[in-house]
Amino acid sequence: MKRNARLGLRFFFVYAAVYLAFVLLNAFSPETMEQTPLAGVNLAVISGLGLIVFAFVLSLIYGLMCTPDDHDGQADGRTRP
Amino acid sequence: MIYEFSPRAAIVFFAFVGLTLGISFYLGRRAGTSQGYFAAHGQIPWFVNGIAFAGDYLSAASFLGICGMIAFYGYDGFLYSIGYLAGWVVALFVIAEPMKRLGKFTFADCLDSRFNSRGIKCAAGLSTLAVSVFYLIPQMVGAGVLIQPLLGLPHWAGVVIVGAVVILIVVSAGMVSTTWVQFLKGSLLVIFSSVLTIAVLMRGLTVRDGGTDGYQFKTMGPVATDKLDVGQDDDAWRSLAIPLAIERDLIAAYRPHGLIPFRESNGRLSVFSIERIDDSNCMLREAQSVITTASAELLVNGLPKGMGAGQGQLHPAGYVSRLPSGESATGAIGPIQFLSTLQQSEVVRWVSVSLKHPDGAAATIYFQKPTPGSQVLRPGESSTFAGIRSERMLDKVNFLSLMLALFCGTASLPHILIRYYTVKNEAAARKSTIVGIASIGFFYVLTLFMGLGAMTSGALDITDSNMAAPMLAKSINDWLFAMISAIAFTTVLGTVSGLILASAGAVAHDLVAGVAGIRLSDRQQVRIAKLASVAVGMIAIVLGILFAKLNVNYLVGWAFSVAASANLPALVMLLFWRGTTRQGIIASVLVGMISSLCWILLSGETYSKVFGLPAENALVPFSQPGLVTIPLSFAVLIAVSLATKKSTERTS
Repeated sequence: MKRNARLGLRFFFVYAAVYLAFVLLNAFSPETMEQTPLAGVNLAVISGLGLIVFAFVLSLIYGLMCTPDDHDGQADGRTRP
Repeated sequence: MIYEFSPRAAIVFFAFVGLTLGISFYLGRRAGTSQGYFAAHGQIPWFVNGIAFAGDYLSAASFLGICGMIAFYGYDGFLYSIGYLAGWVVALFVIAEPMKRLGKFTFADCLDSRFNSRGIKCAAGLSTLAVSVFYLIPQMVGAGVLIQPLLGLPHWAGVVIVGAVVILIVVSAGMVSTTWVQFLKGSLLVIFSSVLTIAVLMRGLTVRDGGTDGYQFKTMGPVATDKLDVGQDDDAWRSLAIPLAIERDLIAAYRPHGLIPFRESNGRLSVFSIERIDDSNCMLREAQSVITTASAELLVNGLPKGMGAGQGQLHPAGYVSRLPSGESATGAIGPIQFLSTLQQSEVVRWVSVSLKHPDGAAATIYFQKPTPGSQVLRPGESSTFAGIRSERMLDKVNFLSLMLALFCGTASLPHILIRYYTVKNEAAARKSTIVGIASIGFFYVLTLFMGLGAMTSGALDITDSNMAAPMLAKSINDWLFAMISAIAFTTVLGTVSGLILASAGAVAHDLVAGVAGIRLSDRQQVRIAKLASVAVGMIAIVLGILFAKLNVNYLVGWAFSVAASANLPALVMLLFWRGTTRQGIIASVLVGMISSLCWILLSGETYSKVFGLPAENALVPFSQPGLVTIPLSFAVLIAVSLATKKSTERTS
């Protein structure tokens, strides 16, 4: 598997785990989401905004870590899983 | 509410549509070949393509639907924002680069890259068509909704105008112009949403007792609750300190909903809702009513609908009724302070109930529901997500299922996937996705402030959540309203052209050339795609008129479910599992598509909202299919691949 694809999968699992935790917390403990741990804003809003920012930060890191333009013109129509 | 024709809005609107068409015709000259028509020659700069992703993705559902849902129910609408954005993580980390590497024009190219099979082209082409048409319906409905206040035209006219303009765009130019239109629209949407958000924060939160039209809703009481509960032929009603006569003929229909009908001295019916303030007392708050009488006359707030004297229209609403520490206005505040202040305030939301009069008249009553800010900002307040507060496991599962479909759906939407073929190489595909995530994520953060701003603006149309964002703009400035409406309309144009192009590609490239095996010259393929665009456009117009009453965001959620079930499992397994066979892919796409469509048709929500049947009779246990049909599609792919592996090896 290519380096980028391996890196991408790793990042994907990190984000998927955080997203899953968020969804499960909403579904099974909505009361937790009502607490206001920071600046009078509740956990639901903080975690929601946090997930959006986290997606952006992860994608930036991924962009920086990827090998730049390593397979220009290699579109050979085959997978290499 | 009754919308007046707004000349300013019309000028801005026609300027926008004119500009869009101008760009299309100008760029259309370059798109004679299939490479140009379907993939813009692969020459779109990655930054432009990234913003165009935002243009494609931020459809009417995102802009109008989510803002409206937040304005009506609070945090629950924001859950859609979170899910829609999370899907882009799948697109970037898993799909983007292989998609560019393996395909040429369509999603089917990529799936078929290893096999060259007619079956795969057919299945993928069909699923592209199914998802596109499903996704088209809410866009067309949204167009009709927008055109009403903008130009004062009926719903169907909006649908026809959008349909006609889009067909013109797609037929004249293809992917080059579609991309630039999307770039323009995506940038304007993000810029003007920022302006709107800043305006909301500058205005801050203000305590009101009515909407922007200056009407103050009446409040009566306190009244002892037990006096309201006496039987309808009891004279005790008269002893209430209320200056109106109770309408005895209707009390039996209204009382079970917590409402009381009154007859004013001039014969006008006015309705109040009962709000308990402690164990023994309650307040009566003025509600608003829309009644279709047995003789098909339309009464609004007890008067014939209209704007003149002696006529009635619904008052705009949605406001803060109490701020923390008793202030009357906050003045300009920062974004964090906005959220924390709202958390401690009380907001008057309006909810509705439908009931029947004994004489057969149908009434919809909108009544005030003062809600603490802490409830507005927590999950589970809307009917869609109320399940998470229920004790039943199945209701929670419905929520999980929707969030899974949003997560998996983005990377399977055909009009998003074809955008990977418009850039030069994999690195450009990656970079444009990152630009897309940045602009889309930023926009979704803004939806929270725009939605909550609309909720407290006093300008909310209580009958139509889709109008929340434009009405918020109107409460700030007429020009801003014109801009926002025109952008929202171009949003629909852009997304619809992307979808029609994706369907046209599926028909011409996958079904006609690939499956039927008809050899087409480059130009013939483009011509067939254009014919297909006209046909799909017509279908979209008809469906947009037929489904006028359905909530746009609700329909989009389903399109995501179908896309995620049909396309994602095949795509992921092809990339990561060597054992995937041709038959496995075909079976997975077909089973995913058919099972999710059937599940939706048999669900409680379709029963109640489309067929008008009781939701309890539905054949499936919860409404959102994703949690069942996505794993099912994976399982089918694995099972069929394992079963057909030997025969595939033998033939090869």
